[in-house]
Amino acid sequence: MISFLLKKITSLIITLLVSTGVIFILIEVVPGDPVAFMMGLSGSTDAADALRLELGLNVGPWDRYFDWVSGMVNGNFGISYTYRVPVVELIRERALVSVPLTIYALLLSTVIAIPAGLISATRRGSLVDTSFMGFAQLGVAIPNFWFAILLVLFFSTTLKLFSASGFPGWDAGFFICLKALTLPAISLALPQAAILSRVMRSSVLDVMNEDYIRTARAKGLSKKQALFRHGLRNAMIPVLTILGLQFSFLLAGGIIIESVFSLPGLGRLVFQSIIQRDLIVVKSIVTLLVFSVVTITFIVDLLYAAVDPRLREGNS
Amino acid sequence: MKHFSISFIVGGGLSVLFLMGALLSFFWTPYDVELLNIKGKFASPGLEHLMGTDHFGRDILSMVMVGTRNAIAVSLIAVGIGATIGVPLGLWAAATCMNGSRLIDELLMRGNDLIFAFPSLLLAILITAVFGPSIINAIIAIGIFNIPVFARISRGAALSIWPKEYISAARVAGKGVSRISYEHILPNILNLLIVQATIQFSIAIIAEASLSYVGLGSQPPNPSLGRMLNEAQTMIFFAPWLAYFPGGVIVALVLGFNLMGDGIRDLLDPKLRQKSITGKVSNDAS
Amino acid sequence: MKIINLVIILLSSWPCIAWPVTLNVGLQLEPPNLDPTSGAAAAIDDVVYGNIFEGLVRINEDGDVQPGLSLSWDIGDDGKSYIFYLAKGVLFHNGDPFTATDVKFSFSRARSDSSTNAKKYIFKPIVDINVIDPHTVMITLDQARPDFLFNIGLGDAVIVNKDSADRNSFNPVGTGPFKFIKWVRGDRVELERYKKYWGPSVFLEGAHFKFITDPLSAYTAMKAGDIDAFPNYPVPENLFLFENDPAYEVVIGLTAGETILATNNRNPPFDNVLVRKAIAYAIDRSELIDGAMFGNAVPIGSHFAPNHPDYIDLTGLFPHNLDQARQLLLSAGYPNGFSASLKLPPPIYARRTGELIASQLGRVGINIKIENMEWSQWIDQVLINKNYDLSIVSHVEPMDINIYANHNYYFGYDNDEFKQIILDIETNTDALNSSRLYKLAQKKIAEDAVNGYLFQLGKYGVWKTGLKGMWSNYPIRSNDLRGVYLEGDKQ
Repeated sequence: MISFLLKKITSLIITLLVSTGVIFILIEVVPGDPVAFMMGLSGSTDAADALRLELGLNVGPWDRYFDWVSGMVNGNFGISYTYRVPVVELIRERALVSVPLTIYALLLSTVIAIPAGLISATRRGSLVDTSFMGFAQLGVAIPNFWFAILLVLFFSTTLKLFSASGFPGWDAGFFICLKALTLPAISLALPQAAILSRVMRSSVLDVMNEDYIRTARAKGLSKKQALFRHGLRNAMIPVLTILGLQFSFLLAGGIIIESVFSLPGLGRLVFQSIIQRDLIVVKSIVTLLVFSVVTITFIVDLLYAAVDPRLREGNS
Repeated sequence: MKHFSISFIVGGGLSVLFLMGALLSFFWTPYDVELLNIKGKFASPGLEHLMGTDHFGRDILSMVMVGTRNAIAVSLIAVGIGATIGVPLGLWAAATCMNGSRLIDELLMRGNDLIFAFPSLLLAILITAVFGPSIINAIIAIGIFNIPVFARISRGAALSIWPKEYISAARVAGKGVSRISYEHILPNILNLLIVQATIQFSIAIIAEASLSYVGLGSQPPNPSLGRMLNEAQTMIFFAPWLAYFPGGVIVALVLGFNLMGDGIRDLLDPKLRQKSITGKVSNDAS
Repeated sequence: MKIINLVIILLSSWPCIAWPVTLNVGLQLEPPNLDPTSGAAAAIDDVVYGNIFEGLVRINEDGDVQPGLSLSWDIGDDGKSYIFYLAKGVLFHNGDPFTATDVKFSFSRARSDSSTNAKKYIFKPIVDINVIDPHTVMITLDQARPDFLFNIGLGDAVIVNKDSADRNSFNPVGTGPFKFIKWVRGDRVELERYKKYWGPSVFLEGAHFKFITDPLSAYTAMKAGDIDAFPNYPVPENLFLFENDPAYEVVIGLTAGETILATNNRNPPFDNVLVRKAIAYAIDRSELIDGAMFGNAVPIGSHFAPNHPDYIDLTGLFPHNLDQARQLLLSAGYPNGFSASLKLPPPIYARRTGELIASQLGRVGINIKIENMEWSQWIDQVLINKNYDLSIVSHVEPMDINIYANHNYYFGYDNDEFKQIILDIETNTDALNSSRLYKLAQKKIAEDAVNGYLFQLGKYGVWKTGLKGMWSNYPIRSNDLRGVYLEGDKQ
């Protein structure tokens, strides 16, 4: 068990290290100069040079890489070129929008998808199953930005139920913010719910064929009893995996939705930073996102191993 | 006892319809998609223009046809790239895993994880920031993310086949690892790959639409469904057809391929068919 | 009865100004920081100019120089020395009094070696800043500079406080009628009326500048009532929906942005004046304005703002004429036309005009390949490395015809005659002569067809009916809210 853990952790650390290198190279080759961007069409060249010196852009790539990585280890992500504030602060501000939005969307999608998938699986082939899965097919097929536009048209401009854009900030009150996040969360949740309900359904179907369920049923439990007492825990593993992946996907994948709703989230920050060549911000956010995916995958691996001892054997 | 499910018929029908429309656009479209006619802008759908015209007076139907063709082409090539690189990688990983050297397998899979961990839209934006926006870069960006998918799935499937007896027989007969992978493993996982490819294809359609929606796909005057939606946004209040038709086509296209994929899976995947039998009459199966 | 009627009439007709309202102002671009003396972003001035920060002089809505922190000034006979008489009792938002030393500090800071001021050239001619007394300062220039007064009215030359200057990028402290409260990055900047403002009191209680990048959001936020005013509404195509709605007022004005088909005069075939003239004939401005700007733009024939008193209309110099264009291409040695790239920056006007230009030039056999790019790539490839054939961009700096005198600029226009005209303008102090010279300059670049001159970018102001005092033009980028009030009923 310990050697399994050690192996997993080593591999995690190596993956993370390699990813910082890849990210650094990827982002350093992006052409375009943040200083030139800031100076615009008529900036003077000596002002540009002064700014370059001020931003520490006049040292070589190796030095910048090591400064960056060692800074990150100490929790210091550097200073944003354009905003001139610590990157950590920027990310924290934006995460206060993106993380709640992501959680909100995932909650919505789970609340819809888990029961829908369960019902579909237990009533396989019924009209309910067919219509749920039909909706799921539709949900996967609708591009979320298009769905978002339709939502805005209907709920904001026609019904005037929700404000069309913007985020008031948490000090304006919890429910006001929740309301501002509702339409974006729905647009993010729809395709995820569609995917999740399909995974849930097939996962439950798989479990129902397992020997232990059959044994339980042979002992006289009803299909539902057998499923709820013995099967659900195992059926949830693939669902959790997908949920974990969806969390990191939504955290970054909100770019388009954030811009449709003018939300100050991480996605829009990174998009804006790429445009302004605020590369230090881009690097940090991409690293953070990659780290979160890798870590979530790592945790899910551990969960699998905890549930199914055979996996530990197989891996060690 | 193979029968075609309803989803296969509906999905296949939709897919064939769009494929034909896309193919037709190579030879004929109602109007020239590059023809701008400002005087005829914002014509509502009617006999002259079945889907109306846009802000430059271009015919929406013609643009949708060519846009669909572009979306299909991008997705096909991107999935093709993913499969041609991913499948051999996955087979190689499985082969090395089953034949001693765990290191290569581990390296390949961690590399896969790394790509998988990258936020896809962000990477696409970065790629276009480096090389500029173009249809080719959209293909590359989408293609890269298909590699780990195919690598993973073919590795997993191959691992389950390696211990089979006929593989051992082939090894005794002196066949090499790569030959076994090619001659015995690949044909056995092909069904699975085809099913996965249809799923990836519909994901790629959405990805292409998202990329061109943010301006990173094919460039004007070459039409793309995503860019049409983007341009329609501000005109949707007085010319809603600009958003309804391209959006509807994306939905129908993805829906069609998804349904067809499900149908193909039901036809091809004996395991699942068996499951569906055992699911219904569970007590009979031993 | 009569009395009640009278009261009702009074109540309904009384302009209920100065209700304590906080105005929600929509802007498309968020500023990268709030220090107008550092970067070049127009988005900074959009928020802070005239509201948080003030200069010695102020540019008003018509582009005229007005007294600012300096109530009056004397200019020496040689045109080199300026004496500014400063307002008294002015307090910075941090409570520090404003005096002549702040002027000296601000200008010295802007021209120092470590300065990152994008318009450092404004301060280059200064040879001496002499504090005569706390409310009088004398500035001496190397030679007469007629544009100096206008230049120090720009956002790049606002007066800053010594103690707070380094933190202006995130916590701006100025002398203006509004003080900075907070900046929710990605969403809005909040300003509040500064109660100790030295000038006439403003009507608004405060202002929230909200950043709405997405053009669809701009429409929906306006219609949903989240925004009171969009001083520069990002898209022209749905303006008519506001015009048709009595709850909104639409005011179409002009910006200082000359939208041009930028042409690389260094490279063949564009080094050939015949080719450039052929392009000028091939361009159909009315189709561009109708198609790309939905009729909301003013055609130009040279690089000069149509609302400037010295403007001359040169749009008739090369009227749209395809035969003439083909003829010129033939005599230039391109009977079958040629291929060229058109590199387009992100703004909607550039992208749309680009598609139309490609189609128009296609009609005379010039085969255009469109390359869309982001600003960083555009600045890198077009502006800095001059690696381009054609481009479309709006030059939003006011009175910037002098860029044609710089042969290293990305147009690559190298003409001694024109350089002499600009040199004369820069050193000439006689207004009448200056007007003549400006007209000469406009004519020269138009005749040489240096670039394709398309249209002046409009400023599309949309606000709730009853809101008064918003700028209708952008002679410089500013949303000075000092004169803004809400007329009519309390909301």
